[in-house]
Amino acid sequence: MKSMPRWVDLFLIPAINVFLAFLVAGLVVMFIGEDPLHAMRIMIQGSLGSDYGIGYTLFYTTSFIFTGLCVAVAFHASIFNIGGEGQAGVAGIGVAIVALTLDQTHWLLVLPLAVLGAGLFGAAWAAVPAYLNAKRGSHIVITTIMFNYIAAALLIYVLNTYLKVPGSMAPESRRFAGGAHIPRLDQMAEWIGLELTRTPANISLFLALLACLLVWLLIWRTRFGYELRAFGFSEPAAVYAGMAPFRIIMITMLISGALAGMMAINVVLGELQRLNLDSVQGAGFVGIAVALMGRSHPVGVILAALLFGVLYQGGAELAFEIPAIPSQMILTIQALVILFTGSLENMVRFPMERLFLFLRLRKEAR
Amino acid sequence: MDLAELFQLFDSTLRNATPLLLACLAGLFSERSGIFDIGLEGKMLAAAFAAAAVAAWAAAPYVADPFPGQLSGLGLGWTAAILGVLAGIFASILMALLHGFASITLRGNQLISGVAINFLAAGATVLIGESLFSMGGQTPQLSGNARFSGLDLPLAETLGGIPILGPLYRDVISGQVILVYVALLAVPLTAWVLFNTRFGLRLRAVGENPGAVDTAGVSVVRMRYSAVLIAGILCGIAGAYLSMGTSAAGFVKDMTAGRGFIALAALIFAKWRPYPALGACLLFGLLEAIGSKYQNVDIGLFVIPVQFMQALPYILTVVILAGFIGKAIPPKAGGVPYVKER
Repeated sequence: MKSMPRWVDLFLIPAINVFLAFLVAGLVVMFIGEDPLHAMRIMIQGSLGSDYGIGYTLFYTTSFIFTGLCVAVAFHASIFNIGGEGQAGVAGIGVAIVALTLDQTHWLLVLPLAVLGAGLFGAAWAAVPAYLNAKRGSHIVITTIMFNYIAAALLIYVLNTYLKVPGSMAPESRRFAGGAHIPRLDQMAEWIGLELTRTPANISLFLALLACLLVWLLIWRTRFGYELRAFGFSEPAAVYAGMAPFRIIMITMLISGALAGMMAINVVLGELQRLNLDSVQGAGFVGIAVALMGRSHPVGVILAALLFGVLYQGGAELAFEIPAIPSQMILTIQALVILFTGSLENMVRFPMERLFLFLRLRKEAR
Repeated sequence: MDLAELFQLFDSTLRNATPLLLACLAGLFSERSGIFDIGLEGKMLAAAFAAAAVAAWAAAPYVADPFPGQLSGLGLGWTAAILGVLAGIFASILMALLHGFASITLRGNQLISGVAINFLAAGATVLIGESLFSMGGQTPQLSGNARFSGLDLPLAETLGGIPILGPLYRDVISGQVILVYVALLAVPLTAWVLFNTRFGLRLRAVGENPGAVDTAGVSVVRMRYSAVLIAGILCGIAGAYLSMGTSAAGFVKDMTAGRGFIALAALIFAKWRPYPALGACLLFGLLEAIGSKYQNVDIGLFVIPVQFMQALPYILTVVILAGFIGKAIPPKAGGVPYVKER
């Protein structure tokens, strides 16, 4: 028997947890000697107060949707994929190869092939840990962490050895030519006669929203999605029902890795227009917070990604306005969100369960 | 490569291995009790910061009326360094308790808790550092009493004349910071505690079959909290070593630079055993030393890129985990919260 109504589980508890995380963050700001409400106003003003701010917020949001989905899909199968960072980094190589080869053509050709390249490279980087987990029983969390570091080394090697501009010291590829420039949101707004400030937000935002829809369809409307959730709920039960764990783990991780890889479209193709060493910049890890906060549901992921987009853009403005609050504030908030919505979740859940049990018992006693 | 160069390499191997070893033993205690700990990195980082901050403050001379930005401290002598280490241990224990509270008391996800601790440390150290010292997240440079310097072991110069072993003793083993010896001594101590004491037996049992330990009338919760606390202490020393015992001489943001994860790798490589942990940490320390001393290693047939050397600890861990070279089997109850009534 369910001890709590559905809405408590789905909305009230996450809301309380996020509130607690921000409460603690506010206390930290107070401890530093600044006014948390003033800081919050600057953040919201900086991220949502102008089309410039909104553009950057949406740019970050796009990346976080992809990495959030990456973690969320795996969560449904009870797999914790911490490797989004490495998968996105390696996917950048795939994007760069496509873009560097075809940047004399047209973005309509480059974009779908780059999506393919990012997906393939991201999935490939997730495939090894997945295989080792499914076939040899290695712990996937540890393996994906290790693969993050291996990816970083690989990226340095590839950039230094193959993609670096000859004669240049900087470990980055040459800039993609015009044929590989995908439309930015401000350019797209121009098509319908709107004028927006130039920001890196680009067409991949729509890809991200499409990915959310596809993930929703996959998990709740397909046979494989059912297997994936069954496996995540109880592996023995799934095996007993005739499902093959190897297949589920492999496909789930491939999809997860490909989703993480998609963020390279947004950053490498959309913003940097070259491959450099730190194109991911921790977005893979933000995905963990986004998935936890969004309860691994695509709609939740969009909302959580938007919140983190606001935090990142607002945090950058905040660091500019109040130098006493450096951008590491965002990292702290991210940690608190992971802490309260992830590992300390039961701090709210246990008392809630008791409360609703008490309420029900009293009702029945009447 | 002559002998002196080789010893130089061993010297830096030992220095690189020290924080790894301490963190690795910390992970060993925690994971042997059934609590996964991927927050080693965060605990070390928090400790490194707290140690450097307190040591800097304690060693700074007292100023009755400091002008803005000037540090007025306690003006302590060598006790400043001790105070720093204690502060590091304290910060690390706070993090460990948070991990314990989340994963033992609240039965939350231990991996997620570890991830959160890593980010919390990365964010909070810079945040607090900036508000205390306004140096971009760094702590003031430590000097004199506020940091550790090398200890010359007895007879180092006298024995130095003996071929091979003499210089080995003089240049590698002697002249290290005291925390290096603490780390080395922690290995036999850990082995003894783990395999020769009642506490150790219970600790290992609680990581394999907590139900049985509970039935025997021993508190699973208390055992696991003690393990997590020991892990906190060891990570604290590791962090203090990083900021007070190395050439960094102060805290720099993200100064652990993935060492917590290399320690985790060493732990798996050593299959959760103390003496192999020493071997694994020395190996990874050597790899780091080679990687920073030489760029690309030319072995005649082909050139090994430096990035490969840097990635080698991680690659080795993956290989070991996959069971291609001897299977690494973690404690059976690792990562599973213990629920008493079932």
